[in-house]
Amino acid sequence: MTVIEQTAPTIAKSREKSRAWRKMCANRGSIVGMVIILFFAILAIAAPILPIPDPVATSWSAIRKAPSAAHWMGTDDLGRDILSRMIWGARASLMAGVISVAIAVAIGVPFGLLSGYFGGWVDQVIQRVTEALLAMPFLITAIALAAFLGPSLTNAMIAIGLSAMPIFVRLTRGQVLAVKTEDYVEGARSVGLGHVDIMTRYILPNVFAPIIVQATLTVATAIIAEASLSFLGLGQQAPAPSWGSMLNVAKNFLSQAPWMAMWPGAAIFLVVIGFNLLGDGLRDALDPREN
Amino acid sequence: MADAPVLSVRNLTTSFRTGDGWKTVVRDVSFDVNTGETVAIVGESGSGKSVTSLSIMRLLSQGSSRIEGEVLLNGRNILALSEKEMRGVRGNDVAMIFQEPMTSLNPIFTIGRQISEVLVRHKGMTASQAREETVRLLEKVRIPNASSRFDEYPHQFSGGMRQRVMIAMALASKPKLLIADEPTTALDVTIQGQILDLIKVLQEEEGMSVLFITHDMGVVAEIADRTIVMYRGEQVEAGATEDIFLRGKHPYTRALLSAVPKLGSMKGHTWPTRFPVVDVTTGEAAEPVEATDTVEKGKTPLLAVKNLVTRFPVRSGLFSRQTGAVHAVENVSFDLFRGETLALVGESGCGKSTTGRSIMRLIEPTGGEVSLDGYDVLRLDQVGLRNLRKSVQMIFQDPFSSLNPRMSVGAAISEPFIKHKLGTARQAKEKTADLLTKVGLSPDMADRYPHEFSGGQRQRIAIARALSLDPKVIVADESVSALDVSIKAQVCNLLLDLQQSLDIAFLFISHDMAVVERVSHRVAVMYLGEIVEIGPRAAVFENPQHPYTKKLMAAVPVPDPGRRGIRRGISNDELKSPIRGMDYKPPVRQYREVSEGHVVQVA
Repeated sequence: MTVIEQTAPTIAKSREKSRAWRKMCANRGSIVGMVIILFFAILAIAAPILPIPDPVATSWSAIRKAPSAAHWMGTDDLGRDILSRMIWGARASLMAGVISVAIAVAIGVPFGLLSGYFGGWVDQVIQRVTEALLAMPFLITAIALAAFLGPSLTNAMIAIGLSAMPIFVRLTRGQVLAVKTEDYVEGARSVGLGHVDIMTRYILPNVFAPIIVQATLTVATAIIAEASLSFLGLGQQAPAPSWGSMLNVAKNFLSQAPWMAMWPGAAIFLVVIGFNLLGDGLRDALDPREN
Repeated sequence: MADAPVLSVRNLTTSFRTGDGWKTVVRDVSFDVNTGETVAIVGESGSGKSVTSLSIMRLLSQGSSRIEGEVLLNGRNILALSEKEMRGVRGNDVAMIFQEPMTSLNPIFTIGRQISEVLVRHKGMTASQAREETVRLLEKVRIPNASSRFDEYPHQFSGGMRQRVMIAMALASKPKLLIADEPTTALDVTIQGQILDLIKVLQEEEGMSVLFITHDMGVVAEIADRTIVMYRGEQVEAGATEDIFLRGKHPYTRALLSAVPKLGSMKGHTWPTRFPVVDVTTGEAAEPVEATDTVEKGKTPLLAVKNLVTRFPVRSGLFSRQTGAVHAVENVSFDLFRGETLALVGESGCGKSTTGRSIMRLIEPTGGEVSLDGYDVLRLDQVGLRNLRKSVQMIFQDPFSSLNPRMSVGAAISEPFIKHKLGTARQAKEKTADLLTKVGLSPDMADRYPHEFSGGQRQRIAIARALSLDPKVIVADESVSALDVSIKAQVCNLLLDLQQSLDIAFLFISHDMAVVERVSHRVAVMYLGEIVEIGPRAAVFENPQHPYTKKLMAAVPVPDPGRRGIRRGISNDELKSPIRGMDYKPPVRQYREVSEGHVVQVA
């Protein structure tokens, strides 16, 4: 009998997937977004095999050199090659952005769903905890958590993810409250579906659009947050590079060596735009109503 | 008419900008409205009637719309005016009232302030003059205790009273023309009767012209001197209301009129009767078919409800202490037999929907007994409740919100079948195809999504989904109310056909007396949570006993132009509130049997 339960939805799902993919490809913005993110992702993955200098090798003869043939993006205050640090730093930054948001979504959305769907004391408990977390500034929470967990990139990502989670609880709950009153949810109850089916098949797909948009925006915040944590020695451990930590160092040399800030700044900007475009495209593509 | 018409529309064509070019939604509409005359524009959704009125007021957003032709207001072409001059026209020479009285007033200002502000600003009155005038206007629209209600806020007014306030506001500038865009559609039928009466009286008193936009042929017959029928953006027919109704030339007009349910049309019929099917191209109507007897009386009823009570707690104060209760359903009892349609009728807030939901336990009732197909419904656990769903299903009112937009139609229809493990995936697929055919759609539509279908088609899909578990009882909660007249007739016919072939019992919840008369075997009238009268359809409709039943029937607009000018003299009273204090004891009711099975509450 379990076989039956699975076959029909999978047929429907695979069809939906291909339709969503077609719509995704028809949207120029989301293509651009995908290209940007793929570009950085490939660079990050390929870092070890690219013919670039060691990102942590210092050189006293090449301190704060402007971009040149030898160092395409210039060098930093310790004479390290910025191009190399950018490429290696992409790993830490992209991971920090994506994984911490994934953590936030993976924890925040289910709690928001439960809170909005069941209401009552479940809602009360989840909301009070969420409010307590929201009452603390995002960065302070992240720093406190990271300090508590111990300094490492992994712990920084967990800390950022947990600090960003309350936003998703709130957002999801609000959306669920709106969708819950739709007739089709009552309709699902009236054909005898259980809570799990109603939540996963009726409510979740209909609340996902704003969550995706919020997630792409949070990726940007998370990348910056990782930078701040690195600066305090709680994120990526020096001398290993991340865009955030590079920016943090660069701000001391803005007038002497603007390129130190320019490259990581531009990279963060591009990645954030990429995620936003991708998120918008994803939102439209997953909605069967829009063509 | 000696003098020139107040409003003269010539070759009005309105287009909207779409992705590729302009789409014309109103084509070449021309008509006049004379002094003191009421002209109705009638049509179904998408006919362009509202766009016509918005074009006249130039209320469409400028960048995305284009209006061509001429609109002469007192001889002045207002399409040629600047936006600034136009602002002087709106609310001054022409006033408008809209459908939603609930949202068209600003909730944070008092009623009096909202009206007097208009007077101060446009008429240059002082504050005290404006107050005096406002009270006069509120009295004019027959709001009781006008002066004491001046300082009240919109939420303290009911829907009908708010619509009166909107009318008072429209009258403030003594307009020559009042455009009323579906002003009574959102109101209960008795309140609608009051508002129609009011508009007629005011028109006589003020001598203004009215352009009345509606989808309801009954309202048209009652209020309009002349009628314009619109269909897909075109004016298909225009003329004196009587001519349109009795001697309609265009096939669409005749099709529309024959699809309109007429209260009192069922005299002499024993069983529910299909609506006549009319060919829109020729206007020829097929003779309506009366259903055969499907009711299995005498045996045990399929659904027996005894003394059902549903109350919702009202909480207030710091600790949310319960301070009262909404007595939504109070001591309701009835039986429903196999193959029978029992209609629950009443106005909004009377508890008819709550009754339907309580029976299915979508809402937990407070007390009573419900036995359905052998289940003791109120004592079922979760598992039992899930099994109950195979016996009773529901069809909702709004086909636009009753289907999950993220689920294909096929998945939606087969889902209950699969989840209840009634067969294999292949069988589910066959069942879906079969059901789609049964409700008049084609099986290859299964892959599409709800947004690709029209309202009527969606309602058919919802019906197919409800049928997928082969239920014995279907609770149809206002299932045809949101549909256009012709679609409504088709869906009613579909329900009747399904009852014929599948022997389904319907609990047909509706506020529309004319539809109820057509489709039901028995009728129960609800008022403030109680059934005040119940009996066979013919008995209740031809010999109503309870004062509320009589009032309800009298308020229904009948599409017969002979009734134009009718004044119902319905008093201004409103539906009472079913909210009671904690110490409220529901009175013990006495009932009297009028004839066999026809019972009426007497005290």
